Amino acid sequence: MNHQKAHPIRINQTSLRPSEEVARETYAGRISDETIEYIGILAQLELSSEEKEQAKSDMEQMLSYFDQMKELDTEGIEPMSHIFPVENVFRQDVVADGSAREEILTNAPREKNGCFQVPKTL
Amino acid sequence: MKQYETVIGLEVHVELDTKTKIFCSCSTAFGGEPNTHVCPVCTGMPGALPVLNQKVVEFAVAVGLALDCSITRYCKFDRKNYFYPDNPQNYQISQLYLPICRAGGVEIETEAGKKTVGIHEIHMEEDAGKLIHMEGENCSLVDYNRSGVPLLEIVTEPDMRTSMEVVAFLEKLRSMIQYLGASDCKLQEGSMRVDVNLSVREAGSTALGVRTEMKNLNSFRGISRAIEKETIRQIQLLESGRKVVQETRRWDDALEDSYVMRSKEDARDYRYFPEPDLPPVRVDEAWLKEIKARQPEFREEKRKRYRKDYGISDYDAGILTETKAMADVFEKAAALSKLPKKAANWLMGETLRLQKEHHMEAKELPFSPEHLAELVLLTESGAINSTVAKEVFEEMFLHDVDPGRYVEEKGLRTLGDEGELRDCIYRILEENPKSVRDYLNGKDRALGFLVGQTMKATKGQADPEKVQQLLKEILQK
Amino acid sequence: MEITDLTAASLGKKIKAGALTAEDAVRAACEQIRRLEPVLHSFITIDEAGALSQAKAVQEKIESGELTGPLAGVPIAVKDNLCTEGLRTTCGSNMLEHFTPCYSATAVNRLREAGMILLGKTNMDEFAMGSTTETSYFGATNNPWDLACAPGGSSGGSCAAVAAGECFCALGSDTGGSIRQPSAFCGVTGLKPTYGTVSRYGLIAYASSLDQIGPIAKDVTDCAMLLDVIASWDAKDSTSMLREPCDFAGALGEEAAHLRIGIPVNYLKEGLDPEIERAIQEAGEALAKRGAVVEEFQMGLADYAVSAYYIIASAEASSNLARFDGVKYGHRAEEVLNLHEMYKKSRSQGFGPEVKRRILLGSFVLSSGYYDAYYLKALQARALIKREFDRAFASYDVILSPAAPTPAPRLGESLQDPMQMYLNDVYTVSANLAGLPGITLPWKLNRKGLPIGVQLLGDCFQEQKILRAAYVLEQSRVFPACPLAKSDRIKESGEGTVR
Repeated sequence: MNHQKAHPIRINQTSLRPSEEVARETYAGRISDETIEYIGILAQLELSSEEKEQAKSDMEQMLSYFDQMKELDTEGIEPMSHIFPVENVFRQDVVADGSAREEILTNAPREKNGCFQVPKTL
Repeated sequence: MKQYETVIGLEVHVELDTKTKIFCSCSTAFGGEPNTHVCPVCTGMPGALPVLNQKVVEFAVAVGLALDCSITRYCKFDRKNYFYPDNPQNYQISQLYLPICRAGGVEIETEAGKKTVGIHEIHMEEDAGKLIHMEGENCSLVDYNRSGVPLLEIVTEPDMRTSMEVVAFLEKLRSMIQYLGASDCKLQEGSMRVDVNLSVREAGSTALGVRTEMKNLNSFRGISRAIEKETIRQIQLLESGRKVVQETRRWDDALEDSYVMRSKEDARDYRYFPEPDLPPVRVDEAWLKEIKARQPEFREEKRKRYRKDYGISDYDAGILTETKAMADVFEKAAALSKLPKKAANWLMGETLRLQKEHHMEAKELPFSPEHLAELVLLTESGAINSTVAKEVFEEMFLHDVDPGRYVEEKGLRTLGDEGELRDCIYRILEENPKSVRDYLNGKDRALGFLVGQTMKATKGQADPEKVQQLLKEILQK
Repeated sequence: MEITDLTAASLGKKIKAGALTAEDAVRAACEQIRRLEPVLHSFITIDEAGALSQAKAVQEKIESGELTGPLAGVPIAVKDNLCTEGLRTTCGSNMLEHFTPCYSATAVNRLREAGMILLGKTNMDEFAMGSTTETSYFGATNNPWDLACAPGGSSGGSCAAVAAGECFCALGSDTGGSIRQPSAFCGVTGLKPTYGTVSRYGLIAYASSLDQIGPIAKDVTDCAMLLDVIASWDAKDSTSMLREPCDFAGALGEEAAHLRIGIPVNYLKEGLDPEIERAIQEAGEALAKRGAVVEEFQMGLADYAVSAYYIIASAEASSNLARFDGVKYGHRAEEVLNLHEMYKKSRSQGFGPEVKRRILLGSFVLSSGYYDAYYLKALQARALIKREFDRAFASYDVILSPAAPTPAPRLGESLQDPMQMYLNDVYTVSANLAGLPGITLPWKLNRKGLPIGVQLLGDCFQEQKILRAAYVLEQSRVFPACPLAKSDRIKESGEGTVR
């Protein structure tokens, strides 16, 4: 059995050395070190250089597969963020305090004076 | 030096006065021990989900209508992603793509006449928790009591040119929101927060200069000072051939100066996307009508009407309409007593005096308009004299007494029966022959003493003018 | 017949009739768990003491007539991404190894209200990200039919436990096939309800617009009965749907007459295991024999579903998993210099490679400059896929298809090539994108003795139709019980990896 044939992973040849503009506009292209660095900051993940290399190649592979969506004509199609056309799901403004402080703090890795403790933020 | 123009736009955050948070049923009550108004939703526990408080949408629409905005009939929430400990989910539920209100305007009075400040948009979002910094310790503490308190963010167009315009705009905005009961808008306490976006440009230019954003402004005075200082700073930069850098600055009230806020490590790429946990909100015609029908008459219209309908001066009308609570009491008391000016006098005089004495807020009126009207009528009919009336008012203000009943119970009614008063005077004259002689010998001071004695004998219930008049008449004979 | 061989429905009946007690059932299940866990590892947390005390209380209520439901007293296992008050909930992650929620998922509360007894929490791919249960921080689960194979995922623990008789039924969650695919691999019946049918409150979110909790059971009847228990509108989940009251168990019947079945032939293309393809044809014929109209048709846009799914799921996951930061709960790195270092180290230590891969991908597709090209495009593709299904369901009541292109893979095989693993989700992800209900039931064993399942998809809110078709299929074949569940032969079945 050969999955590659059924679902070919299309490696876009032109994606090997894209200009920055092309990369942004048309396809992911090659993921640069800076991009991985940047995404790591956004996601707050610390990656070793090995992990970075792995992430780059994984992401390139996935994005080049995703790029086949580009051939899909989506002109004028409303993006579907919610499946059902449900609207106006509300709660009335009535107080029912949730949990006791002890319960909320049960799992806190660090606690102090009834608060969650974090490294200094200033 | 070239002529410069200052261009100012505002981002105003207002904490809504709902009983519960925007996405959970926790109380929004101020104060309280840390983390006592919290639940899995507002502390970002795994698996917890938001449910929208209907009152928040109604307040947002009401404020939008007051600011002449078009209401987005189909609006959605979006997630704004960024890491910070006061933000328990590390995303804030806000509105980017379809905010609830857009394209409004507020008319303000300026030195140069009337002017409209455009409202770019209003959106609903959740407030963050509070970070407590431990003095001398290398840690901060997080309290999520404020996390999830509903906020409106009101974004203006860059239409203001001076600090006076900004303050005029903010005063009007605050008054409208207070009239709607949507927020108490206290700058000092943070229920109204103003960020100032400011740039300068050469007079006559239409292009916008590079702007800075000023935060931590806790008073109108602070806002004015910050605007003046920042304007000068930017002009000086340009004049010396340097450039204004787009940055966020923090105002320090004590130093009367601002400094650049340390830029966060993360880039400002919030990765907004539609909040999948919340269905969209549709404001249909019927609902909009319902909210419109509940809109109050705002200060400006009231002020005009008071002048016209009650013949009250503009200055007085200004005082009477400062809070909706005051205006409501006034209008009702005026209608019940049919003596608007008398009712107004109690509100502008004794009420303000007692509020000040007892450190109360302008909107705190601890008596009913019915009682005020009754007091006005008791005084007007002569049933009590003005000294007694003040005493009754104070009791009404402090202990919410019923003025009519109080006067009866304490026997404070003016001695209306002249015969009774005459009897009393005859008795006083008999008891004080020396004073009678003195008066008849031309010593006018003696009359004062006799009036005093009579008042004392009647426990203050007699009308002193009436006593004086009767004494003169009797002694003449 | 052993107690553990009973279906949930028949156990419930026996308990009601007084032939067995809830405690008998719990003891039998725990005995089976003790016997099999060393080779299966389908549980992360087993709560025997808690289950026995629940059983006692439930038994009293059954006897006093307070509990009358058909599943009262039946022990159940729950996937470890459903919060259970007072009972550790790990989501298969180092991040939550010591997390004990102070609240229960609404679905779990529904089980308790029905008098069902929680045995423990089942193994899963970390944060439900994976197709084999191998990404679990707590180690892989083995397939009870062949210990050298994966049970599928992400609800692999729940499916293996049901197949092996460690519990009578279980709850799983399905974001892109995580109930249906492992059900097919383990030879059990699993149903993903219409989006919004079961409250997501307390389900640790992977992708909010796709996640749905569902039943995993020994047969279609149990599946329907369990769905009756957990389906409910919930004020705590704004996306839960207020549905017409429906009796899912009551929808089952012997006849398939008037059912129109469509087989999307273009799905059955090269790359599909021939035995599975044959199974689909056989299932179609079986339905036709019972009066259904069975036709082949072309289903459009199949090629885009996997892309749209992974973009949307990763994007939502990158945001949903931001809350795991070492502040309020979960793993926190030691000896950090500052806040950002705490965030980065805690998250990097707490999450495994597959979770990190999807968080990075999700952050990328939402980031400035790529949002329109990937995320927005995927939402548009989703709308088109939904339309394509609307068109199909105008002609058919049920779509019959495979649940996966292959039977259960061997352990260790899939993680080598993540992209290939993603591509294998092609038969299941569309239902999540379109919110559709889907059920997988075992059809037969392949030549190697591994289960082959078939999948039935219905239009939104049409669970009754797929349940009816599934019941008809169930009646028209004989599927063997898993030998491991019955036998004393827990021998090292060759290459079985025992933890």
